[in-house]
Amino acid sequence: MSHLTNFEVFLLLSVLKVAVVLVITLMCVAYTVLLERKLLGRMQNRWGPSRVGPFGLLQPMVDGAKLFLKEDLMPLAVERPLFLLAPMIALGCALISVSVVPFGAVTRVSGVDIFEVANVNIGLLVILGITSIGVYGIALSGWSSNNKYSLLGSLRSTAQVISYELALGLSLVGVVLRAQSLNLRTIVDSQSAHGMLSWNIFGGFQFVAFFIYMMAAYAETNRAPFDLPEAETELVAGYHLEYSSMKFAMFFMAEYANMITVGCVATLLFFGGATSMFGHVFDGFLNTRFFNAVFPVLWFVVKVFGFLALYIWVRATLPRFRYDQLMSFGWKFLLPLAMANIIVTSFVLAMRG
Amino acid sequence: MQLALFIIFGGLALAGALNLLFQRHPINSALSLVVVMMSLAVLYWSLGAEFLAAAQVIVYSGAIMVLFVFVIMLLNAGEEEKTHGSRAAYGAGIPGAAAIFCLLSFVFLSERDALGKVSVGGFLGNAVDNIAEVSATLFTKLLLPFEVTSILILVAILGAVVLARKEQ
Repeated sequence: MSHLTNFEVFLLLSVLKVAVVLVITLMCVAYTVLLERKLLGRMQNRWGPSRVGPFGLLQPMVDGAKLFLKEDLMPLAVERPLFLLAPMIALGCALISVSVVPFGAVTRVSGVDIFEVANVNIGLLVILGITSIGVYGIALSGWSSNNKYSLLGSLRSTAQVISYELALGLSLVGVVLRAQSLNLRTIVDSQSAHGMLSWNIFGGFQFVAFFIYMMAAYAETNRAPFDLPEAETELVAGYHLEYSSMKFAMFFMAEYANMITVGCVATLLFFGGATSMFGHVFDGFLNTRFFNAVFPVLWFVVKVFGFLALYIWVRATLPRFRYDQLMSFGWKFLLPLAMANIIVTSFVLAMRG
Repeated sequence: MQLALFIIFGGLALAGALNLLFQRHPINSALSLVVVMMSLAVLYWSLGAEFLAAAQVIVYSGAIMVLFVFVIMLLNAGEEEKTHGSRAAYGAGIPGAAAIFCLLSFVFLSERDALGKVSVGGFLGNAVDNIAEVSATLFTKLLLPFEVTSILILVAILGAVVLARKEQ
């Protein structure tokens, strides 16, 4: 690549990274749906999808084909531009937040870090910001559908997301205080010294923050036990009631992409990101450039997979909250607890520092 | 590159602001305002003010405007009628706006050296960790205004609670 300037190499590799990450994320979304159906099935003592391909592994492909080929109905009374815009906002925001996630060790090819799309100084804030923009997708879909069930679903969802955003943001402050940076790479590096012992959840004593983050994140992604916006028994289907075919699929994909993002953030902030759980014990083992690049990615994938399984396990276990329980839990329990965590963490850091 | 970003997002901000005025449905106006806020965030970022950009997105477009949209959805506000408006507004508005614009640009241009200046994309070349600098300024030089603002917001929250509470 000698006849290309540095900027051209950077541009080409960046476009390639974006394309590869996008495709992998979409594949992960499709297979998370399958994972959920299989695991839920096993937890409820049945098989789950098992007909298409070996162990039902081709099920996401046929599901995708079905959703593409279905008739795209649009009711006459909808607010047309916003009705079309809403699923795009939801899916777009869900996919963009993956772009600042570092999913491997720093590995440079021609000077470009290949395991992260963009290394931003304020990566954590970018993820929080994009998540908060994603609310518009849900809010607008319910309103533009011109249907009272959709509207109720989206009102519930908007109120829920705004309320839990506070607890979510505050729960991450303890981690930021420890790492003294908002850059996700720096946060990961701050936990990489002694493997599992220096992860924020164990060595950093941020387990309170971790549980607040997980609960708030489940509410943010509208997943069980906080899935009131789409409570079937009360609201038919909630905000995506009037959507069909690919537009419905976009909401569905956005939900699963958000789950993956939550798993990534929890991994990066509390479980040491792409670092090994054994620290530097096995550094001499298989010490070649290839394995040094691949193993961190494997660790990262395993950890994110664990969080996805946890999501599904929780869904199979817990019943849905009532709306007033949801609100009082967020405001009266999680928020004060998150603030107490910040105060204790900063106090301890100030004493030691 | 930075100039292109400035032109694109400056134009987008202007278009959003104009659309905000011309749209007749309140929800469309609110969404145009979101576009303006996001474009401003990009402009801040291109000037090197990363934290300000993120705060702009999270606070304004992510929280305040969501509440605006929420209220509009709850009230089910319909399309507005177009009226001619008052003659006084036409008479005083345009010269008034022009006068304010001239005054502000005069002040900014004449006090240019005291205020300090940045060039577009200037900070991107030699990146400073400006979150640390922002917080240092906020908690040392500007501590009093910061605390006073916090108390002001607290008073507003208490007021809202008092107004919203049911009479027993």
